[in-house]
Amino acid sequence: MNHSNIVVPARRRFLGTAGKATLSVAAIALLAGNEALAQSMSGTMQDVGILNVALGLEHEAINAYQLGAASGLLQKPVLDVAVLFQSHHQGHRDALIATIRKLGGTPVAEKPLDDYARALKADTLKSQADILELAARLELGATNAYLGVIPAFKDAGLAKVAGRLAADETMHWSILSSAMGKPMPMAALTFGA
Amino acid sequence: MRLLVAVLAFGAGTAHAADAARGRALYESRCIGCHSIDANRVGPAHRGVFGRKAGTAKDYDYSPALRAATVVWDARSLERWLADPERLIPGQRMGYSVPDAADRADLVEYLRAESTRQRSGAT
Repeated sequence: MNHSNIVVPARRRFLGTAGKATLSVAAIALLAGNEALAQSMSGTMQDVGILNVALGLEHEAINAYQLGAASGLLQKPVLDVAVLFQSHHQGHRDALIATIRKLGGTPVAEKPLDDYARALKADTLKSQADILELAARLELGATNAYLGVIPAFKDAGLAKVAGRLAADETMHWSILSSAMGKPMPMAALTFGA
Repeated sequence: MRLLVAVLAFGAGTAHAADAARGRALYESRCIGCHSIDANRVGPAHRGVFGRKAGTAKDYDYSPALRAATVVWDARSLERWLADPERLIPGQRMGYSVPDAADRADLVEYLRAESTRQRSGAT
Protein backbone atom coordinates (compact mmCIF):
# COMPACT_ATOMS: atom_id res chain seq x y z
CA MET A 1 0.00 0.00 0.00
CA ASN A 2 1.29 3.45 -0.85
CA HIS A 3 0.70 5.31 2.42
CA SER A 4 2.12 8.52 1.07
CA ASN A 5 -0.83 8.97 -1.25
CA ILE A 6 -3.17 8.65 1.71
CA VAL A 7 -1.54 11.22 3.91
CA VAL A 8 -0.08 13.82 1.56
CA PRO A 9 -2.51 16.40 0.23
CA ALA A 10 -2.16 17.34 -3.43
CA ARG A 11 -0.51 20.70 -2.76
CA ARG A 12 2.00 19.04 -0.47
CA ARG A 13 2.73 16.36 -3.05
CA PHE A 14 3.70 19.18 -5.37
CA LEU A 15 5.89 20.73 -2.72
CA GLY A 16 7.38 17.32 -2.03
CA THR A 17 8.56 16.97 -5.58
CA ALA A 18 10.81 19.92 -4.92
CA GLY A 19 12.46 17.76 -2.28
CA LYS A 20 15.28 19.39 -0.41
CA ALA A 21 14.88 22.57 -2.44
CA THR A 22 11.83 23.52 -0.34
CA LEU A 23 13.73 25.61 2.17
CA SER A 24 15.65 27.37 -0.55
CA VAL A 25 12.40 28.27 -2.25
CA ALA A 26 11.15 29.73 1.03
CA ALA A 27 14.28 31.80 1.39
CA ILE A 28 14.02 33.00 -2.19
CA ALA A 29 10.36 33.88 -1.69
CA LEU A 30 11.22 35.90 1.38
CA LEU A 31 14.05 37.69 -0.39
CA ALA A 32 11.74 38.43 -3.30
CA GLY A 33 9.23 40.03 -0.94
CA ASN A 34 6.66 37.24 -1.31
CA GLU A 35 5.88 36.86 2.38
CA ALA A 36 2.76 34.76 1.76
CA LEU A 37 4.76 32.12 -0.08
CA ALA A 38 7.53 32.27 2.49
CA GLN A 39 5.02 31.79 5.29
CA SER A 40 3.53 28.83 3.45
CA MET A 41 6.94 27.22 3.21
CA SER A 42 7.63 27.99 6.86
CA GLY A 43 4.30 26.37 7.75
CA THR A 44 5.32 23.27 5.83
CA MET A 45 8.48 22.95 7.87
CA GLN A 46 6.50 23.43 11.09
CA ASP A 47 4.25 20.59 10.00
CA VAL A 48 7.29 18.46 9.24
CA GLY A 49 8.54 19.15 12.77
CA ILE A 50 5.26 17.93 14.26
CA LEU A 51 5.27 14.86 12.01
CA ASN A 52 8.79 14.06 13.16
CA VAL A 53 7.72 14.19 16.80
CA ALA A 54 4.91 11.80 15.86
CA LEU A 55 7.44 9.55 14.14
CA GLY A 56 9.54 9.48 17.31
CA LEU A 57 6.46 8.42 19.22
CA GLU A 58 5.77 5.62 16.73
CA HIS A 59 9.38 4.39 16.89
CA GLU A 60 8.99 4.15 20.66
CA ALA A 61 5.65 2.31 20.41
CA ILE A 62 7.08 -0.27 17.98
CA ASN A 63 9.99 -0.90 20.33
CA ALA A 64 7.74 -1.04 23.40
CA TYR A 65 5.69 -3.80 21.80
CA GLN A 66 8.93 -5.50 20.74
CA LEU A 67 10.11 -5.50 24.33
CA GLY A 68 6.77 -6.92 25.43
CA ALA A 69 6.66 -9.59 22.74
CA ALA A 70 10.23 -10.69 23.40
CA SER A 71 9.85 -10.72 27.18
CA GLY A 72 8.30 -14.17 27.34
CA LEU A 73 5.69 -12.74 29.69
CA LEU A 74 2.83 -12.40 27.19
CA GLN A 75 0.53 -15.37 26.70
CA LYS A 76 -1.66 -16.05 23.68
CA PRO A 77 -3.94 -14.43 22.63
CA VAL A 78 -2.47 -11.28 24.25
CA LEU A 79 0.81 -11.88 22.44
CA ASP A 80 -0.98 -11.97 19.09
CA VAL A 81 -2.75 -8.71 19.90
CA ALA A 82 0.55 -7.07 20.85
CA VAL A 83 2.10 -8.15 17.56
CA LEU A 84 -0.93 -6.86 15.67
CA PHE A 85 -0.75 -3.48 17.43
CA GLN A 86 2.97 -3.33 16.70
CA SER A 87 2.17 -3.82 13.01
CA HIS A 88 -0.28 -0.90 13.19
CA HIS A 89 2.47 1.29 14.60
CA GLN A 90 4.80 0.12 11.85
CA GLY A 91 2.15 1.20 9.36
CA HIS A 92 1.99 4.61 11.06
CA ARG A 93 5.77 4.84 10.96
CA ASP A 94 5.94 4.04 7.25
CA ALA A 95 3.22 6.57 6.42
CA LEU A 96 4.90 9.29 8.48
CA ILE A 97 8.32 8.64 6.94
CA ALA A 98 6.86 8.81 3.43
CA THR A 99 5.03 12.04 4.24
CA ILE A 100 8.02 13.72 5.85
CA ARG A 101 10.18 12.86 2.84
CA LYS A 102 7.55 14.11 0.41
CA LEU A 103 7.50 17.41 2.26
CA GLY A 104 11.26 17.75 1.98
CA GLY A 105 12.09 16.82 5.56
CA THR A 106 14.40 14.24 7.07
CA PRO A 107 12.68 11.54 9.14
CA VAL A 108 13.99 11.16 12.67
CA ALA A 109 15.89 7.88 13.09
CA GLU A 110 14.92 4.98 15.29
CA LYS A 111 17.14 4.46 18.36
CA PRO A 112 18.63 1.14 19.47
CA LEU A 113 16.19 -1.14 21.32
CA ASP A 114 18.24 -0.83 24.52
CA ASP A 115 17.66 2.92 24.60
CA TYR A 116 13.90 2.40 24.60
CA ALA A 117 14.25 -0.34 27.21
CA ARG A 118 16.07 2.04 29.55
CA ALA A 119 13.68 4.96 28.98
CA LEU A 120 10.62 2.75 29.54
CA LYS A 121 12.19 0.95 32.51
CA ALA A 122 11.65 -2.42 30.85
CA ASP A 123 13.59 -4.09 33.65
CA THR A 124 10.68 -3.36 35.99
CA LEU A 125 8.19 -5.34 33.85
CA LYS A 126 7.67 -8.64 35.66
CA SER A 127 4.31 -9.85 34.39
CA GLN A 128 1.81 -9.69 31.55
CA ALA A 129 -0.21 -7.22 33.61
CA ASP A 130 2.83 -4.90 33.90
CA ILE A 131 3.27 -4.92 30.13
CA LEU A 132 -0.40 -4.28 29.47
CA GLU A 133 -0.35 -1.41 31.96
CA LEU A 134 2.65 0.20 30.24
CA ALA A 135 1.17 -0.31 26.78
CA ALA A 136 -2.15 1.23 27.84
CA ARG A 137 -0.37 4.25 29.36
CA LEU A 138 1.58 4.82 26.16
CA GLU A 139 -1.48 4.36 23.94
CA LEU A 140 -3.51 6.82 25.99
CA GLY A 141 -0.65 9.29 25.89
CA ALA A 142 -0.36 8.86 22.14
CA THR A 143 -4.11 9.35 21.68
CA ASN A 144 -4.02 12.62 23.57
CA ALA A 145 -0.82 13.73 21.89
CA TYR A 146 -2.27 13.24 18.41
CA LEU A 147 -5.51 14.95 19.32
CA GLY A 148 -3.55 17.77 20.91
CA VAL A 149 -1.46 18.57 17.86
CA ILE A 150 -4.38 18.72 15.43
CA PRO A 151 -4.84 22.51 15.82
CA ALA A 152 -1.12 23.11 15.29
CA PHE A 153 -1.02 21.74 11.74
CA LYS A 154 -1.02 24.37 9.02
CA ASP A 155 -2.37 21.83 6.54
CA ALA A 156 -5.88 20.53 7.21
CA GLY A 157 -5.08 17.26 5.45
CA LEU A 158 -2.31 16.55 7.91
CA ALA A 159 -4.59 17.46 10.80
CA LYS A 160 -6.96 14.77 9.53
CA VAL A 161 -4.09 12.29 9.49
CA ALA A 162 -3.42 13.08 13.17
CA GLY A 163 -7.09 12.35 13.83
CA ARG A 164 -6.82 8.99 12.09
CA LEU A 165 -3.70 8.10 14.08
CA ALA A 166 -5.50 9.09 17.29
CA ALA A 167 -8.39 6.80 16.33
CA ASP A 168 -6.02 3.82 16.02
CA GLU A 169 -4.40 4.61 19.37
CA THR A 170 -7.81 4.93 21.01
CA MET A 171 -8.74 1.51 19.65
CA HIS A 172 -5.54 0.07 21.12
CA TRP A 173 -6.14 1.71 24.49
CA SER A 174 -9.74 0.47 24.61
CA ILE A 175 -8.79 -3.14 23.88
CA LEU A 176 -5.89 -3.09 26.33
CA SER A 177 -8.09 -1.59 29.05
CA SER A 178 -10.71 -4.23 28.41
CA ALA A 179 -8.08 -6.97 28.62
CA MET A 180 -7.05 -5.61 32.01
CA GLY A 181 -10.67 -5.59 33.17
CA LYS A 182 -10.76 -1.83 33.57
CA PRO A 183 -14.09 -0.04 33.33
CA MET A 184 -15.03 2.05 30.34
CA PRO A 185 -14.90 5.83 30.80
CA MET A 186 -18.20 7.00 32.26
CA ALA A 187 -18.02 10.53 30.90
CA ALA A 188 -18.27 11.70 27.31
CA LEU A 189 -15.36 13.50 25.64
CA THR A 190 -12.78 11.64 27.70
CA PHE A 191 -9.95 11.89 25.20
CA GLY A 192 -7.98 14.95 24.21
CA ALA A 193 -9.41 17.13 26.97
CA MET B 1 -17.25 51.60 42.94
CA ARG B 2 -18.72 49.33 45.58
CA LEU B 3 -19.77 46.97 42.80
CA LEU B 4 -16.27 47.01 41.32
CA VAL B 5 -14.73 46.14 44.69
CA ALA B 6 -17.22 43.33 45.12
CA VAL B 7 -16.42 41.96 41.67
CA LEU B 8 -12.69 42.12 42.33
CA ALA B 9 -13.12 40.41 45.69
CA PHE B 10 -15.19 37.66 44.07
CA GLY B 11 -12.57 37.21 41.40
CA ALA B 12 -9.80 36.94 43.94
CA GLY B 13 -11.80 34.43 45.92
CA THR B 14 -12.30 32.16 42.94
CA ALA B 15 -8.73 32.28 41.61
CA HIS B 16 -7.47 28.81 40.75
CA ALA B 17 -5.35 27.25 43.45
CA ALA B 18 -2.78 25.15 41.64
CA ASP B 19 -3.14 21.48 42.47
CA ALA B 20 -0.10 19.22 42.02
CA ALA B 21 -2.17 16.04 42.43
CA ARG B 22 -4.47 17.04 39.61
CA GLY B 23 -1.40 18.12 37.65
CA ARG B 24 0.02 14.63 38.06
CA ALA B 25 -3.17 13.10 36.65
CA LEU B 26 -3.07 15.52 33.73
CA TYR B 27 0.58 14.70 33.14
CA GLU B 28 -0.23 10.98 33.10
CA SER B 29 -2.95 11.39 30.49
CA ARG B 30 -1.60 14.18 28.28
CA CYS B 31 2.16 14.35 28.55
CA ILE B 32 3.11 10.71 29.03
CA GLY B 33 2.88 9.99 25.31
CA CYS B 34 6.15 11.85 24.82
CA HIS B 35 7.57 12.70 28.25
CA SER B 36 8.63 11.02 31.46
CA ILE B 37 9.81 12.63 34.66
CA ASP B 38 13.07 10.67 34.79
CA ALA B 39 13.90 9.68 31.20
CA ASN B 40 14.47 11.38 27.88
CA ARG B 41 11.98 9.94 25.42
CA VAL B 42 10.38 11.71 22.47
CA GLY B 43 10.63 14.78 24.68
CA PRO B 44 13.16 15.59 27.40
CA ALA B 45 12.98 14.37 31.01
CA HIS B 46 11.22 16.78 33.33
CA ARG B 47 12.91 16.05 36.63
CA GLY B 48 14.64 19.26 37.70
CA VAL B 49 13.06 21.39 35.00
CA PHE B 50 12.44 24.22 37.47
CA GLY B 51 15.43 26.51 37.37
CA ARG B 52 16.92 24.78 34.34
CA LYS B 53 17.84 26.74 31.24
CA ALA B 54 15.78 25.70 28.23
CA GLY B 55 17.49 23.19 25.96
CA THR B 56 19.87 21.79 28.57
CA ALA B 57 18.38 18.51 29.84
CA LYS B 58 21.26 16.06 29.90
CA ASP B 59 21.70 13.90 26.77
CA TYR B 60 18.53 15.13 25.03
CA ASP B 61 18.77 16.03 21.35
CA TYR B 62 17.11 19.46 21.20
CA SER B 63 16.05 21.50 18.21
CA PRO B 64 18.38 24.39 17.29
CA ALA B 65 15.68 26.79 18.55
CA LEU B 66 15.69 25.28 22.05
CA ARG B 67 19.47 25.08 22.16
CA ALA B 68 19.68 28.78 21.32
CA ALA B 69 16.93 29.85 23.72
CA THR B 70 17.78 31.95 26.76
CA VAL B 71 14.63 31.06 28.72
CA VAL B 72 15.07 29.70 32.23
CA TRP B 73 12.14 27.53 33.28
CA ASP B 74 10.06 28.85 36.15
CA ALA B 75 6.33 28.97 36.81
CA ARG B 76 5.77 31.91 34.47
CA SER B 77 7.88 30.69 31.58
CA LEU B 78 6.47 27.16 31.82
CA GLU B 79 2.95 28.59 31.82
CA ARG B 80 3.74 30.58 28.68
CA TRP B 81 5.38 27.55 27.08
CA LEU B 82 2.39 25.30 27.70
CA ALA B 83 0.01 27.98 26.44
CA ASP B 84 1.82 28.42 23.13
CA PRO B 85 5.29 26.86 22.72
CA GLU B 86 5.84 28.34 19.27
CA ARG B 87 5.08 31.84 20.47
CA LEU B 88 7.59 31.59 23.31
CA ILE B 89 10.36 29.90 21.31
CA PRO B 90 9.77 30.06 17.55
CA GLY B 91 11.11 27.07 15.66
CA GLN B 92 10.71 24.61 18.53
CA ARG B 93 9.24 21.18 17.81
CA MET B 94 6.39 20.69 20.30
CA GLY B 95 3.09 21.03 18.46
CA TYR B 96 1.12 20.34 21.63
CA SER B 97 -0.30 23.09 23.83
CA VAL B 98 -2.56 23.27 26.87
CA PRO B 99 -5.33 25.80 26.23
CA ASP B 100 -6.90 25.82 29.70
CA ALA B 101 -5.17 28.09 32.25
CA ALA B 102 -6.20 25.97 35.24
CA ASP B 103 -4.76 22.86 33.59
CA ARG B 104 -1.52 24.71 32.90
CA ALA B 105 -1.29 25.89 36.50
CA ASP B 106 -1.80 22.37 37.83
CA LEU B 107 0.76 20.88 35.45
CA VAL B 108 3.30 23.54 36.41
CA GLU B 109 2.63 22.89 40.10
CA TYR B 110 3.24 19.18 39.56
CA LEU B 111 6.52 19.89 37.78
CA ARG B 112 7.51 22.24 40.60
CA ALA B 113 6.75 19.52 43.16
CA GLU B 114 8.84 16.99 41.26
CA SER B 115 11.75 19.43 41.03
CA THR B 116 11.52 20.13 44.75
CA ARG B 117 11.42 16.40 45.48
CA GLN B 118 14.66 15.97 43.57
CA ARG B 119 16.40 18.67 45.57
CA SER B 120 15.13 17.17 48.83
CA GLY B 121 16.30 13.74 47.77
CA ALA B 122 19.73 15.06 46.85
CA THR B 123 20.44 16.52 50.25
